[in-house]
Amino acid sequence: MPTTTVNPTRMELTRLKGRLRTAQRGHKLLKDKRDELMKQFMEVVREDLALRQKVEQSLARAYGSFTVASALMSPEMLEQALLCPKQSVSLETGTENVMSVEVPRYEFKLASEDGGNIYPYGFAQTSGELDDAVRELGDILPDLLRLAEVEKATQLLAAEIERTRRRVNALEYVKIPQMQQNIKYITMKLDENERANTIRLMKVKDIILKEAIEERRETDKAEGADV
Amino acid sequence: MNKIGVIGGRDSVLGFRALGLDTCIAENGEQAKAALHRMAKENYAIIYITEHLAAQIPAEIERRREDVSPAVILIPGREGSLGIGTAGVHAAAEKAVGADIL
Repeated sequence: MPTTTVNPTRMELTRLKGRLRTAQRGHKLLKDKRDELMKQFMEVVREDLALRQKVEQSLARAYGSFTVASALMSPEMLEQALLCPKQSVSLETGTENVMSVEVPRYEFKLASEDGGNIYPYGFAQTSGELDDAVRELGDILPDLLRLAEVEKATQLLAAEIERTRRRVNALEYVKIPQMQQNIKYITMKLDENERANTIRLMKVKDIILKEAIEERRETDKAEGADV
Repeated sequence: MNKIGVIGGRDSVLGFRALGLDTCIAENGEQAKAALHRMAKENYAIIYITEHLAAQIPAEIERRREDVSPAVILIPGREGSLGIGTAGVHAAAEKAVGADIL
């Protein structure tokens, strides 16, 4: 039985058939989209995981160096040494379209006042460990930016895949079967009407024939009486 | 110009300041939330936040997950990694694939 009431008319049937074709084409396209998104996602998520492990390890190392540096220097000195950064990072953001998902792309430029020297302090009053710590952090920076790019892409792609999968499933398991059922219902109803019509015509024909025979018999009888 | 922000405890963000990133010191969830809001409003492209603070404001982090900008990225703080960042990657995989296959 159809879940919703449909008018069993030819017009409705044509309309439903058109919609079914569209839904099936959409379903196929969405399925392809989902598969391709999944492929892209697997690449991105693997890179994300690897990069994250790398960054977390390097960060832990850099923090270690900072701990040593802060042990060797007074907190005020440390604060003062790092107060005015010599280096600045400028970021250009763009987006890349991956299967209609806008994924961010970051271009960054490091600008330091004199090339190579990223240390924002004089060497006289600071310890060498601080140099190590700052250098280590500086080395992590490109990875850290790449991580941001990849991680955001992972999140966005995951959301899009979930949405697409829902739509594919809704079409495959709800919409398309429903329409097929409705089409079946209408065709059966129309066929039934057709048969009912034929039977009615046959009945009418029988009645008319019977009446004609009666009439003929009566006239024959009257003629016989005359003779 | 797009900016990069770092939110974390005093010890954690110190080094990032030397690299020229904008840092914001937050010692608890409330301060972190305020900093996050401010940075998001000021068009920061990337906001790094330490896992320790992010753990206290999961709803805020979750809310920005599906926005293109800003990218809120968890990094381990001075206290060490809590595994939340990695858990996030696994969660994304689970969401997309239906099972954690990594």
